[in-house]
Parts: sequence; structure tokens; C-alpha cells
Amino acid sequence: MLNYLASRIISALFVVLGVSCLVFLLIHLVPGDPIEMMLGESARPADREALRAALGLDLPVLTQLGHYLTGLLSFDLGQSIHYRLPISELLAQRIPATAQLAVVSILVAVCIAIPLGAIAAVKKGTRWDHIAMSFSLFGVSIPNFWMGPLLIMVFSLWMGLLPVSGNEGLSSMILPAITLGTSMAAILARMVRSTLLEVLNEDYIRTARAKGLTEMQIIWRHGLRNAMLPVITLVGLQLGTLLGGAVITETIFSWPGVGQLTIEAIKRRDYPVVQACVLLISLSYVAVNVLTDIVYALIDPRIRLGDGE
Amino acid sequence: MISRYFPVIIMVLWAIFALIGPWMALSPDAVQLPKILNGPDMNALLGYDDLGRPIWDRLVMGARTSFVVAMWVTFISMTVGTFIGASSAYFGGWVDLFIVRVIDVFLAVPGILLAIAFAGIMGPGIENVVIALSIVGWVGFARLARAQVLALKHRDHVQAAISLGTPSFTIIRRHLLPLISAPLIVEATFSIAGVVIAEAGLSFLGLGVQPPDASWGSMIRDGTAYMLVAPHMVLPPGIAMVLIVLSVNLLGDRLRDILDVRSRPR
Repeated sequence: MLNYLASRIISALFVVLGVSCLVFLLIHLVPGDPIEMMLGESARPADREALRAALGLDLPVLTQLGHYLTGLLSFDLGQSIHYRLPISELLAQRIPATAQLAVVSILVAVCIAIPLGAIAAVKKGTRWDHIAMSFSLFGVSIPNFWMGPLLIMVFSLWMGLLPVSGNEGLSSMILPAITLGTSMAAILARMVRSTLLEVLNEDYIRTARAKGLTEMQIIWRHGLRNAMLPVITLVGLQLGTLLGGAVITETIFSWPGVGQLTIEAIKRRDYPVVQACVLLISLSYVAVNVLTDIVYALIDPRIRLGDGE
Repeated sequence: MISRYFPVIIMVLWAIFALIGPWMALSPDAVQLPKILNGPDMNALLGYDDLGRPIWDRLVMGARTSFVVAMWVTFISMTVGTFIGASSAYFGGWVDLFIVRVIDVFLAVPGILLAIAFAGIMGPGIENVVIALSIVGWVGFARLARAQVLALKHRDHVQAAISLGTPSFTIIRRHLLPLISAPLIVEATFSIAGVVIAEAGLSFLGLGVQPPDASWGSMIRDGTAYMLVAPHMVLPPGIAMVLIVLSVNLLGDRLRDILDVRSRPR
């Protein structure tokens, strides 16, 4: 058990180190001079040198990497060029909104996926199954940057039911959460269907039937509950895609989160902020997946004793 | 349920419009100020956009953009990824250890986010879009090729080739690649769908192709500003994209069945 936890955490630390290096490299991969990209060609040489020194770009690359990594250890992400504020402060303002949106989107996804997948599995091969799976196929095929505007058009502009953008209470969260949650819902629904189909063949389901439970009880209490483990794992794995999609969704709905900050920073050529945002989003994804693995190992002995990967 | 030929027809149309688009009598850049945001007429079946340009013509140009990007990115990702993944598994040892770590790192960063960051920092333009999406795309192929080669490299015919003194890269090319091509082709199909969405996403954010060139993503972005008065701007590019992504996904599913690739690795 301890071995499993240790190896999981060590490999996660490697990933964290690697992601930090990758993010550090981002700014060095710019063809030409990042300072010139940021300030434009007409900038005065003195300004360029000042910015170069402020960002530490005048030092050898390895020294810069060292500074960057030691800075990270103390949560020092550097300064925003545009806002002239520590980046950690900027992120702290933005994180709650993104976290809120992500959690609600996952809830939306799960609330759509479970009934949809369950219906498809229980009514396998019927029209219901086809409808549910077609919905799922459409769900993965509709890009969020088209779905978002369509939802705004229908529910905000035509029907006037929900706000177009911004962050004012629950009503303004509905459309972004549906936009962001749909593709996850589609993927989860397929997973719910296939695992539930497997589970429904198990002996304990036959026992439950023999015991005289109603079909609903069997599906809810014995079927879905046992089908949940792979589904929850998939939620963790899909979180990366979800957070990546949040960058676009937040931009569509002017949702004041980390994603919107990333795009603003790109447009303003505020590269240290871009680096920090990519790092933050990736690390939260890694952290969530390590946590789910650990929680599973604690509650399900099959995982830590099994051969694993 | 959905007709058998539907996805194939859509894909063929996409390819045809993309390839012969430049030779069609189109005027995607013709600005006609009196026709700004006008609905469909005889000269423009899908109406006009916010600069009075015919939307159908721009849609065809956008098809070319997405087709070119999808093909290049998939080709580069598949070649590079397969080479890295197959070599990693074949040689094993510290090479493999290192490459697995690199793959893990890339998998930890959400693909679209990494592409957005790269495209944003490298600056807009179709070449940079291809580079950014390939930087993200190779990982899936590398992981798949590695897993496949790991499973195959102890087969007798590979051992026989080794004992005959065949050079390593010849073994990979002649004796391993043909055996692992089926799952890679299936992966490539799904990759096309992903790239079409990603390219449009980058262009939607203003990080993709630049005006006056057209991309479905930038057409959607321009259309969102006029949704109330001109819904015909935002609908066609989105419908075109959904049709293509849907068709590619359907084809991928079918290919997987035909080639008998058991499960798609995530």
C-alpha cells in the first residue's frame, strides 16, 4: 500500500517537474526575440533591456530555469507585465470562478450521462438506445465554441431567459456549464452504457432479481453503483479536456476565470501570465488524478493489489 | 440508422471542395458594402457576412483551411509519434524510460490548452497552427505505437530478423510497422476530427489563420457579434464542421470494426 502510494506520488512529481520545464520552455521557443514580440519593434532599447532584465531573460537559460523552478517552490510565479502585479495574486482572483464552472459542468455532465447511459444499457438495441447513443455522438462532435453562441442565441437573445455573459449568480452559470459539460456528458454516457451492460450480466444482479427486487432497485442499487468506478475514473481523466475547453468557454461567456485570463494574457503578450495559467491548469489536472488514484487505493483493495499498469 | 454512405459522401465532398476550391469561380474576399449582413440571394446561396462577402464562398475557403491543417497535422503527428513510440519500445532501456516520462508530461497538459499557448506565443498563421497542433498531436500516436511494439517485439519473426543481423530501423519499418498500422490508422481518423475542431477553435480565438483568409472558426467568431440580426452567419460554418466531425467519428468507428482493433486507447 505504502509502496503504491509512494510510487504514484513520485511519478506525479516527475510529471510536475516536466510540466514546469515544458512551460518554462514555451517562452524560449518563440521564434526571434520574445522581448520584441512583447514590446513591438518600435520600443526603445532601454525599455527592452529593462524588461529583459526584469524577466531575467539576460541570464543563461539554465540559470533562468533554476530561478524559475526555485520560484515555483515558493509559489512565486513572477510578475505580470500588463498588470504589474504578482501573478499568484492574479490567479487567486480567478481560480474560484474556474473551479465553480468546472464543478458545475461536471455535475451537468454526470446528470445527463447517467440517465442517458442507463437507458441505453437497459434498453439495449432498441430505439431508446439508438437515440441516446446518437445524442452522445452529436455531443462529442459539436465544438463548444459553436454550441456556446447557439445557446446564447436561443436562450438569451430569442427567449430572453438567461444572461448572455458575465458572472452574476446561478443563472449566468447555466449556459457556460451546459456548453462545457456536453462533450463530457457524451463521453461519460458511452462509458456508463458499456460498464452497466457488463455489470448487469453479473451473478449478483441475478441474485437481486431472484430476491424479487424491482428493476429500478436493481439498476440503481446494484447496477449503477457498481458501474460507477470506471465512470468516476473517466471523469478524472476527462478533467484535462474539460479545463482546456474552459479556456474557450470562458472566453465566449466572458466568465472571469483562469481560462479567460489565459487568452487575455496571450493577446497582451503577457507571457509570464500565460506560462503560469498553463502550469496551474495542468497541475490541477495532475493533482486531481493522483488524488483519485490514492482515494481508490484506500477504498478498493483490488487496485493496490492488482498488477496495475 | 444513419445511412451507410452518409459519412463517406460528406468526407468526399469536404476533400473535393478543399482541393478544387481555388479553381472554383469564388470571390470570398469580394467586399460588397450594400449587401452587408443580407440574407441569401441568387448570387450568394447562404447570404452575406458583416463585410458583404458571400458566405458560401468563404465556407468553401474554410473547408480548404480545415482540410489542409487536418491532413498536415495528422501526417506529421502520425509520422513523428509512430517513429518515437516504436523506437522507444524497440530499444527499451533508458531511452524508453525517458520517452515515457516525456509522454506523461505532454499528457498532463490539456491538449487544446498547450496548442493555444504555443499558437499564441508563436503568433498567428496557418503554419504555426500546424506546428502547435502537431506538438500536441504526436503524443497519442507515440503512446499507441509504443504499446503495440512492446506487445510485438518478442514475436518470433522479429527475433529471427534480429539474429539475421537486420538493422534495427529496418526491423521496425519492415517487420513491426505493418503489424501496428491498423490501430494507428484508426487513431489517425479520430485525430482528424480532433484537429478540425482544434484548428477552428484556435481561429475562433483569433490565433489561427488571419484575415482575409477564412476558417470556420473565425467565421463563427465574426458571426457571434451579429447573431440577433444575421443568424445565417454563425450557422453554416458550424453545421459544416459538425457534419465533418460527425462523419469522421462514424468512419473511425466503422474502420475500427473493419480492422478489428479491439479498444481505442485513450
